[in-house]
Amino acid sequence: MTIRTIVTRDAVGSGRPMPVLLPQATALVRDALAERRGRMSSWRLTPRHGFTLLALFIVGCGWAQAQAGPQHPSIAATIWKWTPLLARGFVFNLAISFLAMAIGTIAGFFLGFAQISLMPTVRRGAWLTTHFFRNAPWLVLLFYCMFLLPFQVTVFGITIPIPDWSKATLGLALPVMANVSEIVRGAIQSIPTGQWESAASLAFNRRQTLWMIIVPQCIKRMLPPWMNLYAILTMATVLASIVGVNEMMTQTQRALSAESRPGLLLAFYSYVLIWFFVYCYPIARWTVRLEARYAVNQ
Amino acid sequence: MTASIERAADPIVDIVDVHQSFGNVDVLKGVSMRVAKGGVACIIGPSGSGKSTLLRCINGLVPIKSGSIRVATFDVHRLHTDAEKIALRKEVSMVFQQYNLFPHKTALENVMMAPVHVLKENAADVRTRALALLAKVRLAEKRDAYPGELSGGQQQRVAIARSLAMRPEVMLFDEVTAALDPETVKEVLNTIRELATEGMTCIIVTHEMRFAREIADEVYFTDGGTIVESGPPAELFDRPRHERTRAFLSQIL
Repeated sequence: MTIRTIVTRDAVGSGRPMPVLLPQATALVRDALAERRGRMSSWRLTPRHGFTLLALFIVGCGWAQAQAGPQHPSIAATIWKWTPLLARGFVFNLAISFLAMAIGTIAGFFLGFAQISLMPTVRRGAWLTTHFFRNAPWLVLLFYCMFLLPFQVTVFGITIPIPDWSKATLGLALPVMANVSEIVRGAIQSIPTGQWESAASLAFNRRQTLWMIIVPQCIKRMLPPWMNLYAILTMATVLASIVGVNEMMTQTQRALSAESRPGLLLAFYSYVLIWFFVYCYPIARWTVRLEARYAVNQ
Repeated sequence: MTASIERAADPIVDIVDVHQSFGNVDVLKGVSMRVAKGGVACIIGPSGSGKSTLLRCINGLVPIKSGSIRVATFDVHRLHTDAEKIALRKEVSMVFQQYNLFPHKTALENVMMAPVHVLKENAADVRTRALALLAKVRLAEKRDAYPGELSGGQQQRVAIARSLAMRPEVMLFDEVTAALDPETVKEVLNTIRELATEGMTCIIVTHEMRFAREIADEVYFTDGGTIVESGPPAELFDRPRHERTRAFLSQIL
């Protein structure tokens, strides 16, 4: 971000650039950016992360190759052999991430609106729910869902099994819901009060004001943090392996135990990381671009 | 004070002994004011004297603590439900210092929104009226521009057109030129002047003394939450009775 001119509006000489203020303004912008980085999720995927992963993978392959006995096939062939299984697992990760994001977003929208409700009870309840699920460790929520939900339900004599993956999806949807709730609340409250005032003075009621004036202005502000959240969620889907869902991490462990060659460990896990990087990096880039665009337009 | 009451025999806005406080701070300490239909009242005074709060009380944006405010047929101090306040705001429209246009809508959409969605009027009729209003504020060619593409003065004129589209009985102007460049102040003041000469009842909070003197039927000087002095502009500006008024005017003029 650069500053070209600082224009002041005072009663006397308006619209005139005041270069004297430039160093001060640069410092302010720097501070603001630092503050913002501190508040938002602090890391962003960069190409450097990708190269590091690639290096790790190559080192891992070399190591595995060095440890391989004469009876073993080459490391590349081994990874290639397992790739279809791992890919199936990855598809499962994506499915869980889509579903959890969809459920979490819908629930989070309601919760976010409840957080700005005019009814104190609703507001406090929503606040408590949001902050409980936002601050609880994701893994704990996942375990709760896995072990507190029944493995099947019987409705009118029909027994419906609840598969593990759907419980894991729900477990991941809960923190997503809480984060979306905060995104919604934050975006709505970031709209200047002047918008509410002018809507009120034009006789809009609260619901009209929200839907026609406030929320349309919020969408742009919500999009970048929402996409950021999705990238984080995608990476968190591997947590489901701990509770035994057949996603990529679980499949990797299976592959490794089938091969029973400790030398493959680094190569396989960095291979998995590369898959996630390739999927999440474009999302991260897109988010950065959206943020930059909307920062200018607001 | 007595002069104003005589002049405004049948006031459309009647404010009697209004008190208002935010926490421990008394913002209004017994303000009374009457504005006749078609009259123009200007409120002047230093910052923090309660001018903007008074305007916000008149259209019910801010509730009052005691006293009474009547606007047309509404007893503003007795309005509690949203529906009642909304009915009042169809008659009393307000223009703000910071324009507060809706940034995601074009100039034309900004003007059309409230009549279509609040008054539920036919969109085609509203469109015709909105275009006429934009022409009236001399912004016909900017109808498809977004607020971000307009200058401050143009945005403020769209905001005035937007308020007029509701066909209010009373217009409130809250330091509408305070955020503008000196060159664009004039275009906004001209628009307000036109409205006033057409017979719109206006209550104007302003720092533009020359404008107030020219346009107002009655000028109110407020300080510390009370009306220190009021009277026709010629009297108040040329022969202020109170020391505080004299001090304020000598600093400004």
